[in-house]
Amino acid sequence: MPAAWQQAFLLYVQYFTVKDVMQFLLITLKRAGFGLVLLIAVLVLNFVLMHLAPGDVADTIAQDAGGLDAEVMAQIRKDYGLDLPLWHQMMKYFSGVARLDLGYSFYYNQPVTTLILEKVPATLLLVISAQIVSIFLGVMFGVIAARKPNGITSHFVTMLSLVGYAAPVFWTGIMLIILFASIVPIFPIGNMVDVSIEREGFAYIMDVLHHLVLPTIALSSIFLALYSRLARASMMDVLGSDYVRTAQAKGLSEFQVVFKHALRNALLPVVTTAGLVFSGIVSGAVLVESVFSWPGLGTLAIQAIIARDTPTILGILFFSSLVVVAANLVTDMVYRIIDPRIKTSEGSQV
Amino acid sequence: MLFAKKLVAAIGAAVLALSAVSVQADTPKQGGTMIMSLGATPRHLNPAVQSGITTGAPGAQLFATPLRFDENWNPQPYLAKSWSVSDDGLSVTLNLVEHATFHDGVPITSKDVAFSIDTIKANHPFKTMFGAVEAVETPDEHTAVIRLSQPHPALLLALSSQLGSIIPEHIYGDGQDAKSHPRNSENVVGSGPFKLVEFVRDQHIILERYEDFFIEGRPYLDKLVMRIIKDPSARSLGRENGEIHLSAFESTPQDILHSKGVAHLTATDQGYAAIGPITWLAFNTKKEPTSDVRVRRAIAYAVDRNFLINAVMQGTSRPAYTGIHPDSIFHEPDVARYDLDIDKANAILDEAGYARGADDMRFSLTVDFGWPSAKPMAEYMKPQLKKIGIDVTVRTSAGFPAWAKTVSNWDFDMTVDVVFNWGDPVIGVHRTYLCNNAKKGVIWSNTQQYCNPEVDAVLAKAGQENDQQKRIALYSTAQKMIAEDVPIYFTDTVPYHTIYNHTKVGNPPSTIWGTCSPLDEVYLKD
Repeated sequence: MPAAWQQAFLLYVQYFTVKDVMQFLLITLKRAGFGLVLLIAVLVLNFVLMHLAPGDVADTIAQDAGGLDAEVMAQIRKDYGLDLPLWHQMMKYFSGVARLDLGYSFYYNQPVTTLILEKVPATLLLVISAQIVSIFLGVMFGVIAARKPNGITSHFVTMLSLVGYAAPVFWTGIMLIILFASIVPIFPIGNMVDVSIEREGFAYIMDVLHHLVLPTIALSSIFLALYSRLARASMMDVLGSDYVRTAQAKGLSEFQVVFKHALRNALLPVVTTAGLVFSGIVSGAVLVESVFSWPGLGTLAIQAIIARDTPTILGILFFSSLVVVAANLVTDMVYRIIDPRIKTSEGSQV
Repeated sequence: MLFAKKLVAAIGAAVLALSAVSVQADTPKQGGTMIMSLGATPRHLNPAVQSGITTGAPGAQLFATPLRFDENWNPQPYLAKSWSVSDDGLSVTLNLVEHATFHDGVPITSKDVAFSIDTIKANHPFKTMFGAVEAVETPDEHTAVIRLSQPHPALLLALSSQLGSIIPEHIYGDGQDAKSHPRNSENVVGSGPFKLVEFVRDQHIILERYEDFFIEGRPYLDKLVMRIIKDPSARSLGRENGEIHLSAFESTPQDILHSKGVAHLTATDQGYAAIGPITWLAFNTKKEPTSDVRVRRAIAYAVDRNFLINAVMQGTSRPAYTGIHPDSIFHEPDVARYDLDIDKANAILDEAGYARGADDMRFSLTVDFGWPSAKPMAEYMKPQLKKIGIDVTVRTSAGFPAWAKTVSNWDFDMTVDVVFNWGDPVIGVHRTYLCNNAKKGVIWSNTQQYCNPEVDAVLAKAGQENDQQKRIALYSTAQKMIAEDVPIYFTDTVPYHTIYNHTKVGNPPSTIWGTCSPLDEVYLKD
């Protein structure tokens, strides 16, 4: 006797024909192709935009140095190929990218790939923490608000999340620092670890978490409103449906009805959105990272932009567009698999 | 291990309790970790091939120099226990201390000095520092003789903190390009009081006491942590709540004033004499109408230096009347200052034939600025110069590189600028005025395209004058001549301040190089 999930799987597989599978593969390929074209377009556009701005990294290096001799300046431009015609520089860069070589940072004198990969873990840690906190709190707020849509709690929750959404995130960050690092000094002002004392193992993890609290709150404040509004709307929708009324009629407790029956279905749009929001990994964290001196991609991006470090900026933009394209592709395909209703026929949305 | 630590702490506490009565407050104490803040990340940590204060601050801890300077511009022995300049001024002999070692234990010899000077000469952006050096001879392990093509009084300063770092030949002499050498950021082997533990970009630089440092008993600190915090308000809060002991290069008036109101903080602008940062309004002397000295003088009379200092900088900066910093021994305060006089400015323009048109304006000019803190001064020009009938347009640039491009290609009328002296006028001052240094495309060259052969002659003479008093007199003449020609209207100093917790930090850096000099004398109070 096969288990229930095996039965379900067989049932699910039967739903597709060979033609469907072929079509699915075809569409995946097609989508991947579009993704590739998009990536190339992003690269070309960024490359041209970067070179439209006057001045280059030699000027920044001169700024850092407090002045450069003419010959040194010419040497820098020659070393980095900045004296070549633009199309020549572009071909050079693209042939590198084709070989998965994102080039060499003019400013940091390091391979761009190394620079980016060095910074990814910190950004991931911050973004994931903020996502977890904002989804959890957002759903809680949404549920509370949905049960009594016109109650005081509901209005309060709506107001709170909207203020969090509307306030510029760097302002929220600075206010948090003033509150919790100065007036009530329980958290550090920034950075990722306290380097004045050497810590190992568990103490080190606790130290990182301690530094993580304020930036996480600041970053989640933007997403919180989004999630709580979404959860509220879909929860209200679900709470009015027949099966919920049935559950209530069965005499289940309020808790069971809300959390076991209604919430599961109400969560779907939240999860979908979370997937999409996550793809904007760099954009959301840039400001928070710079306020809290968090050593992630955002800090690197800002520094690279200020320094006109073209290879690094292009590398980060390429990396983040890669993440977006990949995330979209995966979401899209997963949808088709879990929801057979989006079975593609001719002329459907591709 | 833990027990041992506790024991040490207990003994320490006991000793302290016993000695507390007799110990003076200023007796330096061994030990402790000082937390310092920097506002930017250095490109790398090797000051021999990278100029600038951000590399200078950690660089001076990692690398020793032959000489160091006190707060009154007197050279002091450092890696060189003594030195002498020949009578003709064409050779300088350095006698090195004998037991100095690099952080990997290898002895520091005259060969390393020769190698360092060659490397700096070939790679450092300031070519005037060692441009006159023809050769460095090494008659024995601890003697280096620098042969010069001409007398070069700036040499002693070029051999001091931040500029003349002694780097190990056995590391950097491996044939790789010194500017992009991997050991500039990682596994740095230096010669200074502190060795590198860790450098994490945009995060921190951790430095640790070098046990075998050639000065007995120094440095006092066990550890020196430089936290990189780019947000000025976060640094300010960190100083307030005690997380940061000392901040270098703070220049935001609000933060400086704020710290003056905090009981445990002291803000001082001492320690920036050698860096010598000056804010000024530069004119394009080759473009109509700022090519007319009368126009420049009129503008100088119309701009109120005191307003900029008192209102814009809120009293944190000091007036600068010339291109040499007021804390330099070469500064000449007695020059044409162009104190505010609108009537005189109008009279000069009337006399020069710039009549007011129908809109009451004589002509229009642009003023550029390249970074946010320069914006208020640029914007001030518009209403102020309107009073003398000049219609000013403020031009914003998309960041420093864009501004640098515009100004260095001479495509401007007036610009707000900040230029550093870098210790000796030969290094950081001459470049702004010499006729042959008007180099297109190079920022902080003579972008004004000012050219006065007489000034050139005086500066050339001053650059080679070994007699200090005569040299001071020559620079005095040059500053007076430049003030008459006003290629630049000098306004004030950049208010760099060191802000520190005076209940914790003893011997805060006060020499001419301030936080860009070795911090081996700084200690932590209890």
